[in-house]
Amino acid sequence: MTVDRRARIGLRVLALAYLAALLLVPVAVVFYRTFEHGVGSVWESITTPAAIHAFWLTVEIALIAVPLNTVLGVITALALVRGRFRGKAVLQAVIDLPFAVSPVVIGLALVLVYGRNGWFGGWLTDQGIQIIFAVPGMVLATIFVCLPFVVREVEPVLREVGDEQEQAAATLGASRRQTFLRVTLPAIRYGIAYGVVISTARAIGEFGAVSVVSGKIAGQTDTLTLLVENRFQNFDVAGAYAASALLALIALATLLVMIGLRPRRDQS
Amino acid sequence: MATVWLSVIVLIPLAAVVARSTDAGLGAFWDAVTSRQAIAALRLTLTLSIAVAAVNAVFGTLVAWVLVRDRFRGRAVVNAVIDLPFALPTIVAGITLLALYGPNSPTGINVVGTRWAILMALLFVTLPFVVRSVQPVLMELDREMEEAAVSLGAGSFTVFRRIVLPNLVPAIVSGSALAFARAVGEFGSVVLIAGNLPFRTEVASVFIFGRIESDAITSAAAVSVVLLGLSLVVLLAIRGLGRFAPGGRAG
Repeated sequence: MTVDRRARIGLRVLALAYLAALLLVPVAVVFYRTFEHGVGSVWESITTPAAIHAFWLTVEIALIAVPLNTVLGVITALALVRGRFRGKAVLQAVIDLPFAVSPVVIGLALVLVYGRNGWFGGWLTDQGIQIIFAVPGMVLATIFVCLPFVVREVEPVLREVGDEQEQAAATLGASRRQTFLRVTLPAIRYGIAYGVVISTARAIGEFGAVSVVSGKIAGQTDTLTLLVENRFQNFDVAGAYAASALLALIALATLLVMIGLRPRRDQS
Repeated sequence: MATVWLSVIVLIPLAAVVARSTDAGLGAFWDAVTSRQAIAALRLTLTLSIAVAAVNAVFGTLVAWVLVRDRFRGRAVVNAVIDLPFALPTIVAGITLLALYGPNSPTGINVVGTRWAILMALLFVTLPFVVRSVQPVLMELDREMEEAAVSLGAGSFTVFRRIVLPNLVPAIVSGSALAFARAVGEFGSVVLIAGNLPFRTEVASVFIFGRIESDAITSAAAVSVVLLGLSLVVLLAIRGLGRFAPGGRAG
């Protein structure tokens, strides 16, 4: 060690104090506050009709957005790594945009295209399709914010494995579909899995973009995160803590799965 | 196919924001962006985001250093916990800080409705960026150089400043830039804890949200364009730096 013992311990204490004050103690206090009146009241609070509806709506949105993003994310990653076409550099930049754009701006953008007065709004209204202030808009918002994850997980793995095995398979007479299923897919499966886990966590936790396009119709377009805000604004602090604790548990589970997957992902 | 997908989901909507912001002419755009409330929100957002980048540069590097170079019990747990802000929904992050630093706090500290509250929320959600960009570089760093410096009589501070730090600078800068970009647009963790007082504790994303709610769409779109421009500049700068972390564990 190039740093003497006293300095090292000082730095350690400083770093841990920072993490404790910012992260660990607040999360611990939320759990304490949630359960201080017993598990029974928490259970009641997360099994009200509104909470159950919010839970299933959250699941439904994630179940549509994540598979779509996974399939198209793999296709996009393949195009970026194996494809040769003009505008690839632009595509690269566009994929990162959802990381950098404010969720509120994402929501506004979707309203301006798919809302009643939006670019496609008139046509959609004529067809009797409502996207904004309804579930389809929330799905679109979720797809937008989760878009980069699978692409950015799969892309480096594809680059790493190269295309020699794919070429070998092709020379041996495998069709493109067979090559993809038997050679490419097994090589990138942990990358995909990791991307899916992060996307799911993000889909469940998205708030700003979904909030703008949801119209906040209580009991209809409330996801779990919107329920937290809704309860908090209506002075049901205990209810907000209970829903938060549920979301925090989902986040912790996600974290554990990520840690479990990481060694395999880094190996492949 | 990938291009079509990205266009429908990302590009067309963002183009609509830009188009809408100038619908009523460039004059109206300029008026919206330079309205006193918009300027106050943008200035607060920028100031706080710069502060967030700076604090992260120092504490993120410190945490990364302690995780790589120090040995203590529970280090693996601490290392795992760093990613929690990426996994935790932002609204829960807000509730979490409220529980400890809000009214009825067990600490007796109540920062709700102050700029400190916003700063804290932003530090919470951006915590992993610098740590996770510096950590791998620090792990790969050759220790021989440092040992050589010590054997030539350099003190530990000199070794850090002259040998370790220069190697970490690109990672610190790209991590801080990501934290900055994230802070500029952050909404969920801030909205409950900031108080959202115009001119005092209203950040740009909350301002835009308010404008959407009150149907002042041109004004919302105009300020959105400013934020979009900022994000683009930061994204391009990071790309130019060539260190944009692949996989973007950027929640």
